[in-house]
Amino acid sequence: MTAQSTDIATYNFAYLDEQTKRMIRRAILKGIAIPGYQVPFASREMPMPYGWGTGGVQVTASIIGPDDVLKVIDQGADDTTNAVSIRAFFKKVANVAVTTETAKATIIQTRHRIPEHPLTAGQVLVYQVPIPEPLRFLEPRETETRKMHALEEYGLMHVKLYEDIAKHGRIATTYAYPVKVEGRYVMDPSPTPKFDNPKMHRSPALQLFGAGREKRIYAVPPFTDVVSLDFEDHPFEIQTFDQPCALCGAENVYLDEVILDDHGGHMFVCSDTDYCEKRREEGHRGHLAPETDLASEKLEPAQ
Amino acid sequence: MPTPLVVSDVAKSFTMHLRDGIKLPVVAGVSFSIKTGECTVLGGPSGAGKSSILKMLYGNYAVDEGQIIVTHQDGLIDLARASPRTVLSVRRQTIGYVSQFLRTVPRVSALDVVAEPLVERGEEREAARAKARALLAQLNLPEKLWMLPPATFSGGEQQRVNIARGFITEHPILLLDEPTASLDATNRDVVIELIAAKKRAGVALLGIFHDHDVREAVADRIVDVTAFAPGKLAA
Amino acid sequence: MTDEPLLRVSALSKFYGSRVGCDNVSFDLWPGEVLAVVGESGSGKTTLLNCLSTRLLPSSGTASYRMRDGQFRELYRMSEAERRFLMRTDWGFVHQNPADGLRMTVSAGANVGERLMAVGDRHYGKIRATAVDWLSRVEIEQDRIDDEPRAFSGGMRQRLQIARNLVTGPRLVFMDEPTGGLDVSVQARLLDLLRGLVTDLGLAAIVVTHDLAVARLLSQRMMVMKDGRVVESGLTDRVLDDPRAPYTQLLVSSILQV
Repeated sequence: MTAQSTDIATYNFAYLDEQTKRMIRRAILKGIAIPGYQVPFASREMPMPYGWGTGGVQVTASIIGPDDVLKVIDQGADDTTNAVSIRAFFKKVANVAVTTETAKATIIQTRHRIPEHPLTAGQVLVYQVPIPEPLRFLEPRETETRKMHALEEYGLMHVKLYEDIAKHGRIATTYAYPVKVEGRYVMDPSPTPKFDNPKMHRSPALQLFGAGREKRIYAVPPFTDVVSLDFEDHPFEIQTFDQPCALCGAENVYLDEVILDDHGGHMFVCSDTDYCEKRREEGHRGHLAPETDLASEKLEPAQ
Repeated sequence: MPTPLVVSDVAKSFTMHLRDGIKLPVVAGVSFSIKTGECTVLGGPSGAGKSSILKMLYGNYAVDEGQIIVTHQDGLIDLARASPRTVLSVRRQTIGYVSQFLRTVPRVSALDVVAEPLVERGEEREAARAKARALLAQLNLPEKLWMLPPATFSGGEQQRVNIARGFITEHPILLLDEPTASLDATNRDVVIELIAAKKRAGVALLGIFHDHDVREAVADRIVDVTAFAPGKLAA
Repeated sequence: MTDEPLLRVSALSKFYGSRVGCDNVSFDLWPGEVLAVVGESGSGKTTLLNCLSTRLLPSSGTASYRMRDGQFRELYRMSEAERRFLMRTDWGFVHQNPADGLRMTVSAGANVGERLMAVGDRHYGKIRATAVDWLSRVEIEQDRIDDEPRAFSGGMRQRLQIARNLVTGPRLVFMDEPTGGLDVSVQARLLDLLRGLVTDLGLAAIVVTHDLAVARLLSQRMMVMKDGRVVESGLTDRVLDDPRAPYTQLLVSSILQV
């Protein structure tokens, strides 16, 4: 882990010092041992503002090794500012290989999405988490929410869902949809769309969650039960889309709305850019796909 | 004839702490018993302590000295020393009481006021209401009043509700504190008939009746309360 | 009716430093019994209520509660998890100020349903039907079910708080001045409602009040407290009609006659 190349001599490998990494790894191990439990940790100042993934970056920095291949996505995209700069950060401070291909990555740091391509054993998905406490909006006192977790008092979580149904006729929560992990802790899956919740259930990949500002780490080990809370007569449902991806024609994937002009023109496309490109390379076409050869437009990892 | 209630050497006084703790003796050496199927009447002028004796027998007044032995649920209990819980059980199962005035509860209808003691004894509400209707009809309370709370009723109407409430249950002992005081002749006769029916059913009654005619009609025995004046015992 | 009490309290004392909260209080409470604790402000009645409901730990003494399985459990030796479970299933606590006992920013229906969800009910339709039923039992119009208690009058809030507490069929309810701060007419309605519910459900209750009329109407038994000590106790009508302790005589003689 201490292998250093000369051009990054001014930083320790992966930016954090070894003592900090050790502390964070301990928190991660505790998190893995108690799935869904929020482990407090001494979050460090990172060279980026809170809200830009400082929690996820610290987790990634603590687990990454020279042989790892890193993929970073923001809302499913590899090419947005946040993803590009975090990828560049680790290229610089750890000199690791980076990729946009889900299947090739060993560590995927994500904000707000789980890739469409199924994850496999050995992969680690690192979530950036803004507010780790699922009970926070109902109970502002940290002392009380901790007690509620400790005593498994989760009635309040269903009060929120009840209010949704009473007000909207259905559970209107669409992201950060609360889940119960391994039948014990209620957990905030970070602001991923609830579309992704089923992917967390018994995933072969290790899922780690880092909240930098709130100083919490939690984890879902591979093959762990992750069940979305619901009512018997209002079961959990994921979003569905009326039309396939406008570019690659994919169905049953999470779509983003893209505004095309200021006359109301818009289209729905895969939020997972890597998945979309792969499909287009394979020759799939949506109804708004350009006729040009996509191979030449393929996104390169940012430097 | 069985004797379900025996009073022996009971004494009662009030200590007025707000008036320098002066002690007002009420009765002393109260001893008598009542028998099933009989109506015993407490006699004596106003202020002799008749009401106080009745209230002690119902657990409403504390007893300073002596014993009040009641047959309750196949056992004997000294009411003078019984725990509140036992007194409540005695009131529910053994001793009924018709007070001088009805203590009304807001918003509860006359019918339910009457049916309540039966419901408390575990009877179905509708069955209890049916019995309450029959009693109120017998006591000539106009039917249009049954569903109203008795708070606004006249004295006589309230008293009839009170009597119905006291007579509806099958307590083996029934205490009556001037039940006929504010009734007209017709309803007085109804009460006399109700008392006669209780006697036939083997209830032991103990009452205070200022009305001479009623007393003549119902009394089997008279216990003279002046014999229990506190001065006499001291002398 | 069982012969065992629901709650056994023995020599309970609570001191705040050298100040006495309540001192050496003992009593038994049986199922279906309503016990009124009366006294003026500072008499220790609220301290006693808070100790009994385990919201406060006493300095000494014991209180044991007969659980649904018939076993007595020492309240102050239970784990916090067990006590909190008891609080939201087998017990209720009606606060003087409804805002202390309600979630003011969630709907009336959710306020009533919360305890059901807390004990594992996961059927929205059934939870809502139960909430509707309870709102009608406390005389709140069905169409207010999705309104927040912030939009309710004081009397309605108090009735909602009662429904929220009773929905899990508790066996023991603590009430702290349940009619305090309400208009007289609203008070009468609430008292009548409480009286009916207590009788129909066979609840045991401990009601703290400074209002002797409330005690007369709701309770069978009464304890009079002064300076942290019980100065007189007994049947409610006995204590009120034949008060023996000097302080009780003062209290009773201070009632305003209308």
